[in-house]
Amino acid sequence: MTLEAIYSKVLNGERIDFKEALTLYNEADFHDLGHLAHQVRLAKHPDPIVTYVVDRNINYSNVCVCCCKFCAFYCEPDQEGGYVLTYEEIGEKIQETLDVGGTQILMQGGHHPDLPLTWYEEMLRYIKANYEVHIHAFSPPEVVFWSEMEGIPVTEVIERLHKAGLDSIPGGGAEILVDEVRSEVAPNKCPAGQWLGVMEEAHQQGLRTTATMMFGHKETVEQRLEHLFAVRESQDRTGGYTAFIPWTFQPDHTELPDCRKLTSTEYLRMLAVSRIVLDNVDNVQVSWVTMGPKIAQLALYFGGNDFGSTMLEENVVKAAGVAFRLSREEINRLVEDAGFIPKRRSMNYTILEDR
Amino acid sequence: MKLLKGDYYDNMGIGDIRTKVLDGERLSFEDGVRLFDCPEPLAVGALAHQVRTRMHGDKAFYVINQHVNYTNVCVNGCVFCAYQREEGQEGGFVLSVDDAIAKIDSAALTPREVHIVGGCHPKLRLSYFEELMSAVKTKLPNVVLKCFTAVEIAHFAKLEETTSKDVLTRLNKAGLDMLPGGGAEIFEPKVREQICPRKSTAEEWLTIHEEAHSLGMKTNATMLFGHIESREDRIDHLIRLRESQNRGGGYTCFIPLPFLTENSQLDIEKPLTGLEELRTIAISRLMLDNIPHIKAYWVMLGVKQAQAALKFGADDFDGTVVEEKIGHEAGATSEQGMTRVELEEMIKGCGCTPVERDGFFNEV
Repeated sequence: MTLEAIYSKVLNGERIDFKEALTLYNEADFHDLGHLAHQVRLAKHPDPIVTYVVDRNINYSNVCVCCCKFCAFYCEPDQEGGYVLTYEEIGEKIQETLDVGGTQILMQGGHHPDLPLTWYEEMLRYIKANYEVHIHAFSPPEVVFWSEMEGIPVTEVIERLHKAGLDSIPGGGAEILVDEVRSEVAPNKCPAGQWLGVMEEAHQQGLRTTATMMFGHKETVEQRLEHLFAVRESQDRTGGYTAFIPWTFQPDHTELPDCRKLTSTEYLRMLAVSRIVLDNVDNVQVSWVTMGPKIAQLALYFGGNDFGSTMLEENVVKAAGVAFRLSREEINRLVEDAGFIPKRRSMNYTILEDR
Repeated sequence: MKLLKGDYYDNMGIGDIRTKVLDGERLSFEDGVRLFDCPEPLAVGALAHQVRTRMHGDKAFYVINQHVNYTNVCVNGCVFCAYQREEGQEGGFVLSVDDAIAKIDSAALTPREVHIVGGCHPKLRLSYFEELMSAVKTKLPNVVLKCFTAVEIAHFAKLEETTSKDVLTRLNKAGLDMLPGGGAEIFEPKVREQICPRKSTAEEWLTIHEEAHSLGMKTNATMLFGHIESREDRIDHLIRLRESQNRGGGYTCFIPLPFLTENSQLDIEKPLTGLEELRTIAISRLMLDNIPHIKAYWVMLGVKQAQAALKFGADDFDGTVVEEKIGHEAGATSEQGMTRVELEEMIKGCGCTPVERDGFFNEV
């Protein structure tokens, strides 16, 4: 199909297939592609609003048996530098978040071999008993890990966590949802089918989730697109994904130091194609954490409609050599300067009134 | 097949400007103002990209170069500068000619362009700079020596009690090939009075560049933006440069420099954001119809923004640099230098063809 025909299809709100997406990524002019993605964004969100959430990442532990090659954050169980936060320490971080107007915490950690599922259940109960905060936590690989460790089905793990206070699940650990790539960069993490299975099970149980994609390591462009189509099909089945968050791999201090750092224009092309392909996912986040505030602004014209979060604390990307920091005021200014109205939101993208 | 056609630019309110650009017609001051007011920065970027592509295709230039800063001692004390020291102040330094040569020797790649600038030192005499020029040329006979901003040239002339043209002639004889574009800041007099009252005036800066052109030398030109100047001041700056180029024709490359707020004494209420930088770069390309190249200077923009700038009118990625001090003291967080492989891969990653150049922008 010609580019022109693909453009009309997209502008008419029709779904594009894999080959058409590949043609767009490879052949569309840079500005045309941005414009096309922006039109899709405007069709979904006609108001010039850009949302973000005030939250904090809390990494309860960096001890992990996964040993993913792209990760600069983890410690092996007996290695120096490993830690597990106490519930009280976690509580203090939550209080600090609430004190600056935060509404949510994003919690993720390593695959710790010695922490039973009850530790996580108690953590959730402790938080819910003491703080009024949305808990956006864990990831499918963690859920699969606990299911294997405890010898119980994934369904039960999710049920127990949900009951203990889990509100939603972030889309981490998706990396590239193609097993050939996963077995190379994250051999000990759950395969693509299981990742999607956990999310769909969570959706069945009434939990919303996001989906991420980490690209720019060992995968091909085609495999990135396979990832997008896997998410689109999964969303067709359940409708539980609130947002898609693509971001680029940061190679410093990892076991894949030779990967070429993707350029900002490659990121923007992939972001635009994501917005166009994922016609059933409402929101697309820009990644200021990996791309910096300047490119994050430009990304608002390449399909992004959400600025992610304030991330009062972020440890994982920082360990890989990138440390951008943004306050709420700065996010507001960046969004306004780009020509949009900044609005605080909750995890499910309900807009919150200013306070 | 282009998706962005006439109707898109019409909707953005710049359809007539697009027509002028496509017809090769010169843009007016008012056109510049309207480009700043255009609601979508992408429209301005796409138009600048068309011009850049018409001039250079998908080429993006880079140079194996090296920066040497011979001193940070400066009599000017510009309020935006984080690099300057007073004479005798702690941290002040002056390189000897041997030190400078040793720095050039230590570079991993033999530079094709050596960029030497420094503060306006109250005591360094012209003979030192002549010696420096001929020492570099003895070491590297084929290098392009791009040294001394117009502000330094004016300072040397004052110290030697001679004319700037005489200084240029003597340095040219000693080996100087080209002037870098620094010290232009913003030409508008009221802004200049506030940010760099002791520096050469706009007229002096432009005169020295035109004198260099009349001696057959090439020069670059910069604009430091995002401090206290208005968008109109930026357009004014671009138009003054365009007129100067009409008189001499010796400007090779224009370098828009975003002001970095971190370590400066200037308190900026609303620092620049990324899209305003890109828009300014794009408008520079559109206004400066008679200057061949626009630089995406990664040291000041940051690498990712410089990559995006290649789609907003810029065609030059500068080079390996090796050791940069002035921007980094102002708060630049970019690397100190880059390798040839890094530069080439980055340029290819932006969908452009990397072309190695010398200081004059001849392909090598």
